[in-house]
Amino acid sequence: MDSRTYIGRVRGLGSAKHGGEHWLKQRLTAIGNILLTTWLVVSLLLMPNFDQATLAQWLAQPTVAVPMILMIVNIFSHARLGLQVLIEDYVHDEGLKFGAMALLNFYVVASAVFGIFVVAKLAFTGASA
Amino acid sequence: MKDAEIMAKNPNRPLSPHLQVYRWSPQMAISIFHRATGFILATVGMVTLLWWLSAIGGGAESYATFQKYVVSAGESATGFETAVNWFFRLLGLAVTFSFFQHLASGIRHLVLDIGAGYELKANRTWASAAFIAAFFATAFVVLFVASRFLGV
Repeated sequence: MDSRTYIGRVRGLGSAKHGGEHWLKQRLTAIGNILLTTWLVVSLLLMPNFDQATLAQWLAQPTVAVPMILMIVNIFSHARLGLQVLIEDYVHDEGLKFGAMALLNFYVVASAVFGIFVVAKLAFTGASA
Repeated sequence: MKDAEIMAKNPNRPLSPHLQVYRWSPQMAISIFHRATGFILATVGMVTLLWWLSAIGGGAESYATFQKYVVSAGESATGFETAVNWFFRLLGLAVTFSFFQHLASGIRHLVLDIGAGYELKANRTWASAAFIAAFFATAFVVLFVASRFLGV
């Protein structure tokens, strides 16, 4: 008799051996993206002007830098999950698939760290021209 | 045997039906558009976002470079700069439409995930609605940008 919970039986199944994890993460980051990008679009529409000085001051505020960093993490996670599916669907050679997945991970992690650093630097050292 | 060898042996073998044999419907188009727009956002969209953020962080001069290429090259621009500007504007339009299209069809996916909206008529209606919403949202942004930045 299998006394494991339902979720325990599902974990690790499926061709990807990850069960429903990828699917669920994609949905959760999708919901996060709806909230965070809506925040960005509304903020941009309400921006008084788009001079570099105004934008830098805006971005340096904690109430802007924090959601911006959250948005970067969330968008890049969601993109990683989505592009992973594209690679799995269209790249059939195992070696190429491994290489493409490695490149994808380099791309999203490096880009996200770069974006977070840019925002954090502005927030911590202040908006100087 | 590899796929290519099978194809070489019998080119007239029966194929499983694929995209080209079906009449296009909104439900079908929205599926492939979701993937294509996601790809555009994950490549052009995210790189532009990073360029914008780092241009803000980099100071007035680096922001002016971003603005010159992505927003408006200005009247003193060379022919080459104007061409690059138009290329980036087209990319910007593609990213804007992709954003709203991916958002609308993404929300549709979330609704489908809870088990709603599978009835034929409702499914078709919401697929079309997602395209229409994306079109009008894009048009709104284009008008906003044109009036705020380009003095049109």
